[in-house]
Amino acid sequence: MKDPFIGCKRPLPLMKGLAKEFYDWCRQGELRFQRCKQCGSFRHVPREICADCSSFDWEWVRSSGAGTVYTWTVVERALHPAFLQAVPYAPVVVEMAEGVRLVSRIIDCPPEDLRIGMPVRVEFEAVSEDISLPCFRRT
Amino acid sequence: MTATGQACIVGIGETAYCRKPGSGLSQMALQLKAALAAIADAGLKASQIDGIMPFPNLGKAEALAANLGCADLRFAATINMGGAAPVASLRMAAMAVTSGAADYVLVPGGWNGYSGERVRETSAGDDDSIPGAQIARDYYMPYGYTAPPQWYALMARRHMHEFGTTAEQLGAVALAMRGHAQLNPAAMMCGKPMTMADYLASPMISDPYRLLDCCLETDGAAAFVVTSAERARDLAQRPVKVLGAAAGQPYPADEITNRREFHRIGLTSAAAEAFRQAGVTPGDADFAEIYDCFTFEVIQQIEEAGFCARGEGGAFVENGGISLGGRLPVNTHGGLLSHAHSLGLGHVVEAVRQLRGVAGARQVKDAEIGVVTGWGDFGDGSIAILGR
Repeated sequence: MKDPFIGCKRPLPLMKGLAKEFYDWCRQGELRFQRCKQCGSFRHVPREICADCSSFDWEWVRSSGAGTVYTWTVVERALHPAFLQAVPYAPVVVEMAEGVRLVSRIIDCPPEDLRIGMPVRVEFEAVSEDISLPCFRRT
Repeated sequence: MTATGQACIVGIGETAYCRKPGSGLSQMALQLKAALAAIADAGLKASQIDGIMPFPNLGKAEALAANLGCADLRFAATINMGGAAPVASLRMAAMAVTSGAADYVLVPGGWNGYSGERVRETSAGDDDSIPGAQIARDYYMPYGYTAPPQWYALMARRHMHEFGTTAEQLGAVALAMRGHAQLNPAAMMCGKPMTMADYLASPMISDPYRLLDCCLETDGAAAFVVTSAERARDLAQRPVKVLGAAAGQPYPADEITNRREFHRIGLTSAAAEAFRQAGVTPGDADFAEIYDCFTFEVIQQIEEAGFCARGEGGAFVENGGISLGGRLPVNTHGGLLSHAHSLGLGHVVEAVRQLRGVAGARQVKDAEIGVVTGWGDFGDGSIAILGR
């Protein structure tokens, strides 16, 4: 199927602070999440300290890359100018094996094929010279 | 909140609402018009207002006070909860007038939501627009997940999956609001009835939300005035008592997807607190004005406020359950969906009208206890239990 985001000037992350660290790993083809070094819990989006144990000690731990579709919406009327030509497209929430969830999209998957619980695996798409975004494919 | 019933709403005001060609007034002028109407309704002079709680991003207390001639402003605050702000402000205003921090607090809000900046296009691109804006920019917007109907559609979709909530149940909410609007000459959709076939045929915006699941975009303003029960006795109207009021946030409030309890929202804890304060139960409410930015949010708030169990909201709203004459009349004025997008202030105004017994053709008979809620940003919540 045709990728709805071809030719679409997607808004990109600002690449500052912890977001930059997250996306720099993506640029290297690795999906990593913060894991607390004290209590071991994963978290996303990146935060300064662990909400479970308040520890400042954490590390970027590579995700298995495997997840399932948790929920989604199919946007048929774009509400941001960058996506006027992209409709219909489907922002998807993926629940990772590590337990964290992230907003992403499933490539090569028409919206009508989306199912909650569908297993997916991470890939990366280069959207600029410096930025790659995680996306997913059905497994 | 302090002692129940010690704070009252004593004045309400609204402008007319419109779409094309627009109000022709500035955002500030609209709010001043509604504010003056509310102050006059209370039997007060503008100079007596000594507390102002502006809606987030729509005006500064200093400018409102300067225009109104409030020479002794001693309490000013804005609660950053989007559409949950007016009812959260009602709660804080009640705290202010019972503590003595202020005597008469004005809560205004208004905008050119049709002819000015359209909210559907003010996606979270501005770091200050909402508390979660930076997270949205870095982690949501690259995927085209940019605006309120899309944010909440994810919640609705998951609810439909877990509990079997249907499109027709979302439609039942839209139909109930539209039905009430037929009884309210001030509603934008008065004279424009809707059928389930109309609802199902309306174009998809962000699945499962169709056009007719989405609130209106309108120009207009509303306001109310809060004072203590003691001061209320000397004013023009029969006071409406604040029996309980609370606000709450989902966790985390600035990010939608990583909630361990996905359907828990700010209202979940706030409603329990407010009903406890008031010493009543959800079943005691004669009506509820529930912030209806989209249809599913009504179902979700009905559940989380405790009117029914989580997962049973779809069945609750069917078969006239939330229409006048049903088990819980909801949004008797037509709500954001069919009255106007009054930022949630219109819900407070309508609750006061119902409890004064002046709601005309849409009056809930012998209404004694009413509930009003607010919903904002990524699921912030507020609630007040009002009594006559």
